[in-house]
Amino acid sequence: MEGGFRVTQAGPMQQHLKTSRPASPPLPMNTATLPISQTQESVEARARPVPPAPRERAGNAFADILFTNLTRAAALLVFSLLAAIMLSLVAGSGMSIMKFGPAFLWNAEWDPVQQNFGALVPIFGTLVTAAIAMIIAVPVSFGIALFLTELSPKWLKRPLGTAIELLAAIPSIIYGMWGLFVFSPLFMEYVQPFMIKTFGAIPGVGLLFGGPPMGIGMFTAGLILSIMVIPFITAVMRDVFDLVPPMLKESAYGLGGTTWEVMYQVVLPYTKVGVVGGVMLGLGRALGETMAVTFVIGNAHQLSPSLFAPGNSIASALANEFTEAVGDLYSSALIELGLILFLITIVVLAFSKLMLSRLARQEGARS
Amino acid sequence: MIKTTLKLAGAIAAGAFAMSAMAADITGAGATFPYPIYAKWADAYKKATGTGLNYQSIGSGGGIKQITAKTVDFGASDMPLSGEELDKNGLVQFPAIMGGVVPVYNLKEVKSGELKFTGEVLAAIFAGKIKKWNEAPIAQLNPGVKLPDEAISVVHRSDGSGTTFVWSNYLSKTSADWKSSIGEGTSVKWPTGVGGKGNEGVASYVQRINGAIGYVEYAYAKQNKLSFGAVKNKDGQFVMPDDDTFKAAAAGADWAKTPGMGVILTEQSGKSSWPITSASFILMHKAQEKPESAKEVLKFFDWAYKNGAAMAAELDYVPMPEAVVKQIQAEWKGKIKDASGKGLY
Repeated sequence: MEGGFRVTQAGPMQQHLKTSRPASPPLPMNTATLPISQTQESVEARARPVPPAPRERAGNAFADILFTNLTRAAALLVFSLLAAIMLSLVAGSGMSIMKFGPAFLWNAEWDPVQQNFGALVPIFGTLVTAAIAMIIAVPVSFGIALFLTELSPKWLKRPLGTAIELLAAIPSIIYGMWGLFVFSPLFMEYVQPFMIKTFGAIPGVGLLFGGPPMGIGMFTAGLILSIMVIPFITAVMRDVFDLVPPMLKESAYGLGGTTWEVMYQVVLPYTKVGVVGGVMLGLGRALGETMAVTFVIGNAHQLSPSLFAPGNSIASALANEFTEAVGDLYSSALIELGLILFLITIVVLAFSKLMLSRLARQEGARS
Repeated sequence: MIKTTLKLAGAIAAGAFAMSAMAADITGAGATFPYPIYAKWADAYKKATGTGLNYQSIGSGGGIKQITAKTVDFGASDMPLSGEELDKNGLVQFPAIMGGVVPVYNLKEVKSGELKFTGEVLAAIFAGKIKKWNEAPIAQLNPGVKLPDEAISVVHRSDGSGTTFVWSNYLSKTSADWKSSIGEGTSVKWPTGVGGKGNEGVASYVQRINGAIGYVEYAYAKQNKLSFGAVKNKDGQFVMPDDDTFKAAAAGADWAKTPGMGVILTEQSGKSSWPITSASFILMHKAQEKPESAKEVLKFFDWAYKNGAAMAAELDYVPMPEAVVKQIQAEWKGKIKDASGKGLY
């Protein structure tokens, strides 16, 4: 009953998001037993017209050859750019790799005077701010997407959707400025003392909230990142929730399910792949974000258990120190930091593809 | 149709070339320490002669890197390069202006000028050894002052900075502990605190964070209305920063003897000397590939030495004395040449 579902109005944002989501492997073509858990990719594949076999094509052969080769060259350009970036990163960090070896990864020192550099503090800062951003952003995005698809009145859907897309369009440096000039003074005056007093008293958790209230720090950076990441995850989740066949949801409601039960037990399992894809998209942005984080993270090469302490992330360390790194080893250490960030992003992407393929495989098997 | 389009395009291109030939702007990059006075000089110079100066205050480390890479006409650094480094990169160094670095703090109960510091105490604060404002070392120096039971938030520079060099040089001279564990440089291993970008960034953080302490060039402290304190100098006197105390520190400097005129003015003797004074240096290449721009740069600094004293005094910088200006001009005559070996000054 394919005719039953509604195709969403694809704005430019959604188009971009749709094509950049990781694709799942093809499902078995046995349509008779094909379960209702169709992914959007297979639906799109059936809708896309199949070009005729080359032998049957009439017309200007030269134009065809030119077109094929131009597009082939464009695709190759992508590969060669990727290879070129990897090569230049590895070449640039050669001096630092040879001097420090793998110990670079767990060395917490960053001493330009003694020329002793270590990546532990920036890596820690990158991972912690991204984790805080995800912990805050994923439930909030889920809530917004749920509201937009199930609970909101019809007249509110479009303005709210547009507002969320506008949030995504704001340049990241504006977020940084807003964070530093508007958010952190308010945070320092009102919210932080309250949090330090209430959470600081609890023995284990207290460590996480220690230190003087400065307004800036890893927690603020994570918060700003979460605000930047919410529009992306929300847009993907909303698209994917809209694709659930209404018949499925109606059946669940008809059996007496509450809104939450329908969401949690019917919609979410159906849209697992898309939701995970959206979360990975947000995570990728959170890991690489530079300017917004540099403004509010405090730029301190220190390791501290407290979330309110200043720290450093790889991107903000590079932004601050690269133009002025005096000395070859200093520059090489910074390039090695860039290489590490590149590798972290590759690992996250590979992990997400692995998880998605496993989920998709489970879906096919469950029928 | 095509002919007219081509003619029009040609006319616009010719116009663009003509305009670019007129605007002979000089470019410089480096220290944020002297940026306020360079900006003021550039403004007045443009009004007087029509030539503009494009100065990017990216920090001394950036200035050194840019002039070595020949991407700007001159570099500015508060940290003087040694004779060997100058020779290795073929650079000439001369001082342009002098000023002071001051400790600034943000305490609601304590007004500007009420707090006294010594080099030892400042070193302990910036090393994270003194964590609260009302601890014994600070309280002993300030008997009548009501110090709050608040944590000290240290603010330092996150970028490579000559101001950091001056500050860490002073702390190394006054605290053996600092010298052995942290040392001096444009970028050091700060054990604690938050990093701001440029003098502007440090001033901004100190303004925002209660209980913060940082170090900025005096002009920034004045312009941002930050509270600053008195510091004990080599002769044991507690002095407040202003251009008289900076002048007193600069009085005893021997410019001719130091290679590259790279005199460091911290901890100079003199009853009223400010202990954290510094000169800011300009770096130019000896062999100039673009003699026209080099001539313009020398003309600018010549003009600034002659006419910029009043503007410098307004911002509490100390202009170079006459005798030193003569030494600087001799350096220019002797060292800055174009490709054929002809002197450019």
